[in-house]
Amino acid sequence: MDTLKKVFVKSSILIPIVAIVLGLIVGAIAMLAGGYDPILAYSSLLDKLFSTPYNIGEAIRAITPLIFTGLAVSFAFRTGLFNIGVEGQFVMGMTGATIIGVLLDLPWYIHAPLAVITGAVFGGLWAGIAGYLKAKRGVNEVISSIMLNWIALFLSNFIVVKFLVEKGQQKSMPIHDSAMMKIDWLIKLMDNARMHWGTVVAVLCVIIFYIVLWRTKQGYELRAVGHNPDAALYAGMNVNVTMVKSMFISGVFAGLGGVFEILGVFGNQTVMAASPGYGFDGIAVALLGGNTPIGVLLGAMLFGGLSYGSAGMSFGAGVPPEVVRIVIGAVIFFVASHGLVKWFLKPFLNKRASKRKEAV
Amino acid sequence: MKKTFSFMLVMMIALTLVLSACGAKNNEGGSGTNTNGGTKVESDGTGKDFKIGMVTDVGGVHDKSFNQSAWEALENVTAETGAATKFLESKGEADMEPNLNSFVKEGYNLTWGIGFLFNDALSKVAKENPDAKLAVIDSVIEAPNVASITFAEHEGSFLVGVVAGMMTKSNKIGFVGGMEIPVIKKFEAGFKAGVAAVNADAKVEVNYAGDFGKPDLGKLAAATMYDGGVDIIFHAAGGTGNGVFNEAKARKDNGDNVWVIGVDKDQSLEFGDEITLTSMMKGVEAAVHKVSKDLIAGNFAGGTVQELGLKDDAVGLPATTKNVPEDVLAEVAKYKEKIVSGEIKVPTE
Repeated sequence: MDTLKKVFVKSSILIPIVAIVLGLIVGAIAMLAGGYDPILAYSSLLDKLFSTPYNIGEAIRAITPLIFTGLAVSFAFRTGLFNIGVEGQFVMGMTGATIIGVLLDLPWYIHAPLAVITGAVFGGLWAGIAGYLKAKRGVNEVISSIMLNWIALFLSNFIVVKFLVEKGQQKSMPIHDSAMMKIDWLIKLMDNARMHWGTVVAVLCVIIFYIVLWRTKQGYELRAVGHNPDAALYAGMNVNVTMVKSMFISGVFAGLGGVFEILGVFGNQTVMAASPGYGFDGIAVALLGGNTPIGVLLGAMLFGGLSYGSAGMSFGAGVPPEVVRIVIGAVIFFVASHGLVKWFLKPFLNKRASKRKEAV
Repeated sequence: MKKTFSFMLVMMIALTLVLSACGAKNNEGGSGTNTNGGTKVESDGTGKDFKIGMVTDVGGVHDKSFNQSAWEALENVTAETGAATKFLESKGEADMEPNLNSFVKEGYNLTWGIGFLFNDALSKVAKENPDAKLAVIDSVIEAPNVASITFAEHEGSFLVGVVAGMMTKSNKIGFVGGMEIPVIKKFEAGFKAGVAAVNADAKVEVNYAGDFGKPDLGKLAAATMYDGGVDIIFHAAGGTGNGVFNEAKARKDNGDNVWVIGVDKDQSLEFGDEITLTSMMKGVEAAVHKVSKDLIAGNFAGGTVQELGLKDDAVGLPATTKNVPEDVLAEVAKYKEKIVSGEIKVPTE
């Protein structure tokens, strides 16, 4: 329960909120400097996020992949590994789901789960490569996984162009309906927003993340290796196997994110010039969330909400996209720099503490 | 140690976000505002109850070609009729649908999707909102509430192919495409046919960058071609093509005699006459302007597909080209006549 508690302890909830406010103030200054109305801009951001069922649904759609990638980065981080290859594992997950979704034609109760599992395993194995190289040969996982990102991108483009392409297009043939994971009644309810089961799975993964790491022997070993690999080794744990395992599970989370982008959102895979970027955003989400499951969930909501709502700032207040990016950058900057915010809050907190002392 | 590392990393991410935003050039228009290049046009007020929206692809509204032409057209519509116009940029494929819906659900009278990439998103939005009016460039969507506009790019590309074929010194010519999609294939096929018509010895090297918004890839492709002896490159790559111009400029400054043929707009106005040989103009601006004005006049061409070609003067060379000599222009005019009359059929793929 420690981690759950930590989130609700006063100072840990105060700091992010102050950080967001500071970020919004800096963003407002940037907008004022550019001659735009910050209050109108922020109200249109909120409007974009919460005004209609469609917008709420689409915001959830934007948040979902970030939960997966955030969890993936956090999980590896807990074992002391920096999985910067989440992007590539995400792409491999997409590809795995597309292959099954396009080439096979099965009844839905086999097809959809098979596509999900294949994508997840693709992602897991892709991360496992980096984990194996780290465990066996001591190859730095940061470097190997970055390089694997590129290999994944071009490999998946190759697979799409070679085996799955729709004639005359730069995308795969459509996924069979039996493999799609859309939630039709919710789509109708949300005014055609692209709702899919991935969101449910993402929330389940948040819980699984917590249970695996804090409620199982495996999880204890994973965290022990993360704290101090030498001590873990001395205690008789198999550090190398643990590392590979951790990377695999991390890759499964990332792969699932990719799977649901295909099966839930697009229904086909395009030939990509660059990877979609959810993996890199996932690094920011994981660090924002302090590598805790609830933190990742909240971080993904902040990050995804801001990037989806930012279109509202352009739409409602005429703020150009460049300035919107400054605002988002400012918010993330302050949320991420705990130290800065603590330093900013120090006088207030001290005053409160001394008052309490006086009262005593 | 780990904490410091992760802290630094987040800083880096945040800084990149902020700096990348700073790097973008000053946005003179902003969305919704209207600056009409200094020329004052009296608004006749006929369109003041009309709202017209436009969604760009990932190239963004300042791509100096395709999206920018469309936006300039809408700015002119505002100036002439007082209609409210606004644009949204798509950061990725996933954004296209919500961006279109932003306008549709806000009750805009017309929503533009600029580019082939809107095919899926726009047909879905059109189907879900049968009362909304939409229009798309470069793609054919069969729905009663969508006006589809395509261009005979192969015909215009044929003419710049004639220019390139006659003016190349090295007999090596380059073509840089954005993505390998049918519409860009039409550019390539027409261009190759035009070169072949006037210069049997010339070879055309083809490179697809794979993206419309990546100038670095364009620069790289151009550098490889120029290194290989190519002296004229025709680009059909939107924002990616800016990199081609960039590379050509650097080489020109070094004394190499290299040229670029621009696309969509008269790009010599943007990049200068010393590197821009000519441009394959595509009447995106005229088409967007016409369809939007038709809407205000009360006759929206929903459900129709228009292909605009040489006979409509919707594709072709700009009216003034400093760098192309008279005899070449005469030849171009001759071929143009033949294409319009149907004597030459330009291949599309």
